[in-house]
Amino acid sequence: MNSLYYQKRLSRNIGDKFFTSLSIICALMAILPLIFLVTYILYKGGSQITPELFILEPNPPGDDLDAGGINPALIGTLIITTIASIIAIPVGVGGGIYLAEYSNGGAFSRFIRFGVNVLAGVPSIIAGVFIYALIVSTKILFGSMYSGLAGGMALSILMLPTVIKTTDEGLKLVPNELRYASLGVGASMYTTILKVTLPSAFRSIATGVVLGIARAAGETAPLIFTALFSYYYITGFGDLFYEMGSLAVLIYNFALEPYDAQNKLAWAASFILVLSILSVNICSRILAAFTEKTKRV
Amino acid sequence: MEEKLTLFKNRKRFGIEKNIDIIFKNTALVLSSFVAIILLGIILVVFFQSLESFSRYGLKFLVTSEWNPVKDEYGAFTAIYGTLVTSFLSLLITIPLGVGTAIFITEDFVPKVVREIIGSFVELLAAIPSVVLGLWAIFVMEPFFRAFFVFLHNFFGWIPLFSTEPTGRNSFLAILILVVMLLPIVTSIARDSLNQVPKKLRNAAYGIGASRWKTIFSVILPAALSGIMAGVLLALGRAMGETMAVTMIIGNSNAFSWSLLSPGYTISSMLANQFGEADGSQVSSLFYAAFVLMILSLVVNIFAQWLVKKFSLKY
Repeated sequence: MNSLYYQKRLSRNIGDKFFTSLSIICALMAILPLIFLVTYILYKGGSQITPELFILEPNPPGDDLDAGGINPALIGTLIITTIASIIAIPVGVGGGIYLAEYSNGGAFSRFIRFGVNVLAGVPSIIAGVFIYALIVSTKILFGSMYSGLAGGMALSILMLPTVIKTTDEGLKLVPNELRYASLGVGASMYTTILKVTLPSAFRSIATGVVLGIARAAGETAPLIFTALFSYYYITGFGDLFYEMGSLAVLIYNFALEPYDAQNKLAWAASFILVLSILSVNICSRILAAFTEKTKRV
Repeated sequence: MEEKLTLFKNRKRFGIEKNIDIIFKNTALVLSSFVAIILLGIILVVFFQSLESFSRYGLKFLVTSEWNPVKDEYGAFTAIYGTLVTSFLSLLITIPLGVGTAIFITEDFVPKVVREIIGSFVELLAAIPSVVLGLWAIFVMEPFFRAFFVFLHNFFGWIPLFSTEPTGRNSFLAILILVVMLLPIVTSIARDSLNQVPKKLRNAAYGIGASRWKTIFSVILPAALSGIMAGVLLALGRAMGETMAVTMIIGNSNAFSWSLLSPGYTISSMLANQFGEADGSQVSSLFYAAFVLMILSLVVNIFAQWLVKKFSLKY
């Protein structure tokens, strides 16, 4: 009689209500702790920030109340990620160019694409173990054992799959008409790639690469027994061949110290790390959304 | 594209430009094969370094839990058990939460803007370094859950999983921090696969009178299942290899216990803890453990890729 109207008591409607509220509860349970986590890190870390933090060396853990600063770790993170980028970006972009521009879906390129995915799934600590066996324990780098250079190499292994993937996918999005046009006016393949396809895919590749760098900057596991840690200022080029501190390892070491001063330093370092990683991520997102809009017009 | 490009191959060019072209192509080829070289290098190096330990302990290494550098006795059972238990139990919690959240984001319960903000927020969380999560776990999560663990032990102590007095850092906390890390992965992959299900299917289901959740359970989830499964497997691989947050909160004890409330070990936390100071046959044993971890994560990853390829949506 009333079958045209919505009936609250109907079992299917009750069931629907139940599952809807269940999924809302799931979402709340997932999101609320995450919001709490981010605000807590930013609040707790942000309240530890002082100007001296960026200038001083950390004091060795002990009873003295002043923990010092994180200057060597900050510089160390910059150096190690730069080394990783110097290795991973040329190799990754070159490999991506081959996959997208030259390969024709044969066995080799399928194998490489598969390898990229597998390498992306290799646990980060395995990269550290690998570099330890290859470089640290053999002292192959001019007799130095733990070094910033070795740490950078370990990180580059983690960056490589991201860089190749974003280059490959960015180049594949470039319309073929551009390539035909360039080849048609007599440009050679390498001119076409360097002058036409790479520039038009530049933004998406750059976004991916920057995100990869941001991710590598926070990695700790590959560094704890390749770059180790250092309390001292980085003074010159030669320091590349010695133990080098980094923000990530500083957080790890100082979080486990029983002293309050060191713990605070760890929070401050987390604040800097998280803030820079999140802002890079948010900026690249906004940039990507912006380019999408302009393309549509 | 290929056949069209062959048109250009036989045309005359200055020698030097031709050579640059060939050099450029081959450089790209060499660079792309670096991936394979590194991957093989990792497998071979870890394998050969572990040979000494492998020949001494054989497969017994996997089932004994003695880890004693003084007596030179090594067995990684505690760590392997810890790796498997923490990763599987954390997935067990993450899957319903993550998929539930993904459904919430893809359905229209709340305006699109809100859903997009939630979605990108969850993705941003994947970018937080695990060492920072570990720091948070030590100082915020551990005190917060202390009372809960005591409660668990008092009321469910008869279950082996909760049979020991809760300690400050334990496997249960490691599972919880893993949930925080895996949630963004599972949610964003599940959301993507749900979004890929064509609208036609939903409209057809609504058209024959199915309710919203009947449609979700009987049409949309089955259609998105392969993608979600692949995401879950990727998350499993991540959970197994995850090092820092787990190392900081799991308590790092090699004493074997079924209980989640006692400190434990995972392979990666064992590596993080001992690798720097190890020498002699301990190093080789650690490489053996690393090899086990690598095989575990390789198998999971390759299976995930196979799943994606085999069952990817074709509409």
